[in-house]
Amino acid sequence: MTILIDSPDSNNKSLQPKGWLRYFSFSLDHKVIGIQYLVCGFLFYLIGGTLASAIRIELASPISDFMPRDVYNQVLTLHGTIMIFLWIVPVVNGAFGNYLIPFYVGARDMAFPRLNAVAFWLIPPSGLMLVASYFVEGAAQAGWTAYPPLSITTPQSGQIIWIMSVLLLGGSSIFGGINFIATIIKLRRPGLKLMQLPMYCWAMLGTSLLVVLSTPVLAGTLILLSFDIVAHTGFFNPVLGGNVVVYQHLFWFYSHPAVYIMVLPAFGLVSEILPVHSRKPLFGYTTMVFSIMGIVVLGLVVWAHHMFTSGTPPWMRLFFTIATAFIAVPTGIKFFNWVATLWGGKISINSAMLFSCGFIINFVFGGITGVALAQVPFDIHVHDTYFVVAHFHYIVYGGTVFIIFSSIYHWFPKVTGKLMSEKLGILHFAITFIGFNLCFAPQHWLGLNGMPRRVAEYDPQFQFVNQISSIGALLMAISTIPFLLNIFLSIKKGKDSGDNPWNALTPEWLTSSPPPVENWEGDAPLVEEPYGYGKPISQENLIKKT
Amino acid sequence: MTTLNSSKEIKKDDSELNEHHEDFRMFGLITFLIADGMTFAGFFAAYLTYKAVNPLPDGAIYELELPIPTLNTILLLVSSATFHKAGKALLKNKNSDTQKWLIITALLGITFLICQLFEYFNLPFGLIDNLFASTFYALTGFHGLHVTLGTLMILIIYWQTRPKEGRITSQNMFPLEAVELYWHFVDGIWVILFIILYLL
Amino acid sequence: MLNKNLYLILIISTVFGISFWIGFNVNLLPAEASINAPIYDELFKILFIIGLIIFIGMTIAVIYSLFKFRKRKDQIGDGIALEGNLSLEIIWTIIPSIIVLIIGLYSYNIYDRMGGMKELNHSHEMMTSNTEKIWAGISQVSNNDIASNNLSVEVSAMQFAFLFNYPKGEFISGELHVPVDHKVSMKMESKDVIHAFWVPEFRIKQDIIPGQPTILNFTPTKVGKYPIICAELCGPYHGGMRASIIVEEESDYKDWFNKNTKTEVSL
Repeated sequence: MTILIDSPDSNNKSLQPKGWLRYFSFSLDHKVIGIQYLVCGFLFYLIGGTLASAIRIELASPISDFMPRDVYNQVLTLHGTIMIFLWIVPVVNGAFGNYLIPFYVGARDMAFPRLNAVAFWLIPPSGLMLVASYFVEGAAQAGWTAYPPLSITTPQSGQIIWIMSVLLLGGSSIFGGINFIATIIKLRRPGLKLMQLPMYCWAMLGTSLLVVLSTPVLAGTLILLSFDIVAHTGFFNPVLGGNVVVYQHLFWFYSHPAVYIMVLPAFGLVSEILPVHSRKPLFGYTTMVFSIMGIVVLGLVVWAHHMFTSGTPPWMRLFFTIATAFIAVPTGIKFFNWVATLWGGKISINSAMLFSCGFIINFVFGGITGVALAQVPFDIHVHDTYFVVAHFHYIVYGGTVFIIFSSIYHWFPKVTGKLMSEKLGILHFAITFIGFNLCFAPQHWLGLNGMPRRVAEYDPQFQFVNQISSIGALLMAISTIPFLLNIFLSIKKGKDSGDNPWNALTPEWLTSSPPPVENWEGDAPLVEEPYGYGKPISQENLIKKT
Repeated sequence: MTTLNSSKEIKKDDSELNEHHEDFRMFGLITFLIADGMTFAGFFAAYLTYKAVNPLPDGAIYELELPIPTLNTILLLVSSATFHKAGKALLKNKNSDTQKWLIITALLGITFLICQLFEYFNLPFGLIDNLFASTFYALTGFHGLHVTLGTLMILIIYWQTRPKEGRITSQNMFPLEAVELYWHFVDGIWVILFIILYLL
Repeated sequence: MLNKNLYLILIISTVFGISFWIGFNVNLLPAEASINAPIYDELFKILFIIGLIIFIGMTIAVIYSLFKFRKRKDQIGDGIALEGNLSLEIIWTIIPSIIVLIIGLYSYNIYDRMGGMKELNHSHEMMTSNTEKIWAGISQVSNNDIASNNLSVEVSAMQFAFLFNYPKGEFISGELHVPVDHKVSMKMESKDVIHAFWVPEFRIKQDIIPGQPTILNFTPTKVGKYPIICAELCGPYHGGMRASIIVEEESDYKDWFNKNTKTEVSL
């Protein structure tokens, strides 16, 4: 509350530190906060990736030999939690949202800059707390889903820290969501209509609605779970008359929308990147907007498809099957529209474009297995197996993480005023794409043939396929080397990019790169056609530049 | 709130943008209250599911007395009205009236909390006796936490509306309006809670 | 123009041809050993073929666009200012909707054939006392079958083992022995945390939830030894929580059953 009723002190910004030090300060500048989110998220991605490598090393042999079994469970729990709550959600929402949304609505900052800074600074301490819990009495070991009664009966300190950390991260996410909704709805430049906004604004509006509506339910659920652990109440403890399936319903009421919280912003980002590099307007703007909203509405009513084997009644299974399968329709529209955006363009094949196209191919694959998983009889066989593991990695890694990389290549000149090396970028794409598919495609077969997920030991007949998968994981680990090298080399001695290296029409490129502190010298431009490529206005722009 | 765009643009068109500024703080608060309401919705959903599918063990006590919660409902509804009076008075620059109404609202809130505690101590079941008891305490406790926070904020507002020195005036109504909206929200949740928990 | 359409038809039919060929000739699933399995595999094949058509089609479209419409060195300017095509967008809204609806109805039909839609509380009065509530499961057994010749087993799952109680023989076993082509009806209960009973070769899985007895029915059709796998994270030794189901000829099963009757534990 006190955050909201602060009095204005306009000279605050001049007191902020300058230079790189500002990234370690309680900065109120949305651009600084965006970069803070991105770098913080990437550091946690490296930790989560290290944990993933540990899992793949363990699974290179069918017996449990690399680490103790309970440590293995802690590793997989931390891997899931870190990747979801500390890497993908903060980066794809917080980082790009904070950096881009004020530009897109023609504002100088977010609606609530101080709340924004608070939202970011909740993340590092809760993340460190989570990682540190491993060194205390062992981290949580009930998986990122923390299903009771397992989460009640495993060592408690780690689980409690896990709950506190996720609660803080959820709070951060809600604050961010409130900020995005207020910024997009209320802070638009005069004269800018909703249907003229770049697609990422719509994606963030939909995402933030999901965050605001579903994250509080997770918070409530985790509070009840912590009561079960600390005060020995029986909400989810069957010994005391509780009901474990209620936890699953409440948990998935958040955690299925969480999937859309992770992919919708990626849909928005790819809608910004494709038109720029294929020099064509975004195909079917209106249907894209409606399909985002369709995904938001449907996304809230499909949660029980995670529970087809947990004793849901038949009518519920039927309803959730149909609802889930129908999400494929608005999602499909988006993919057809993106391909239609490419069609007939003048495509520059660069790192950003390659990662975006890789995203389309990976996500279509993950989407198809998703529709299959929505079918109750299909799901019954593969539920909680490596098939599901493969499916959601195709969505969150092959989908969202590819777009995160694509966006970094696309907006790096915006942030630094330097170009990235295309050679290293394409090498990064090649290794990531091959490594990713080598790692996760074989896992579909593993799941279908009888390998459950979250196991440290498995039937020896699966060893060969698991080793292929581990080699893929190794390639994915290696792929971060050219990426990091590229970032550092480009910051040090990258070529100057000019203000608008891609000749893009979206508002963020219509100011200098890197942008001035308050985004615009003078008034914000009114961009009525952010995708007006091929039209006279775009040609003018191009002639002016060349 | 330090919004650069507003502080900068105010120079151009003071009155219009100032109102715009007020407006989205309220908008943000409403969004936050929707989120908060979803937490309660989750609790209510859990309570109703338990009630429908998890029979209590034989001999479990789950009878609730109605008089105290009914009194509490009246207390909160009256306090909503008195808070509204406070806002009206501030609009007319009658700060002492505002303070009077605010202190009445705060006292009503405190009475509510005392009654709630009295009910807790006189209930025949404890937190971990059975599923119903746990859910009962979780719901009312979470709501009581909201009332406690609200009462504290009312007291802060009371301090800040003191004549002449207070920061909250008819020109700067937002803090009072924000707490008022929050207080109405907490009342509304109590009415739903009362119906679901005590009457159903 | 005609030439262009011809190419399109050729490409589409090649995609369909490849998809169907892969769908019918590449087997990704383990052996079929229960009545459920062939039904499941039928659904799998259909979903696999549809999925392949969409995936191959989309991949070709993306890669073709990247090659065909790539920017040549001497080119400047933008592509065509095409902002949308309503009829095209309607087509790719309606066709996927129809496909999804058909898949949904078809999988409902499959699920019904697996016995998933049967009312559980009525069909199992024989096994459970009237007051006890059965929560869920797959039921392939009709009311009439119950009384006759199905085998009932009580399964208890605990960290980290399955135990199978044969009420008729009054003994407990660590291996599940069942006669081939007989309906088996299991009542499953968990002693501690959530486990799951999964036999990949039977294509069945059911979570075993503490506090909620569940029913799972199946009919094995092939003699052999298959793994029973716990598919829900249940603690450190989750990966090692396995048992075997041994499907044998009825006479072999009877021998095994008689040998074990009245003894305490056979492992």
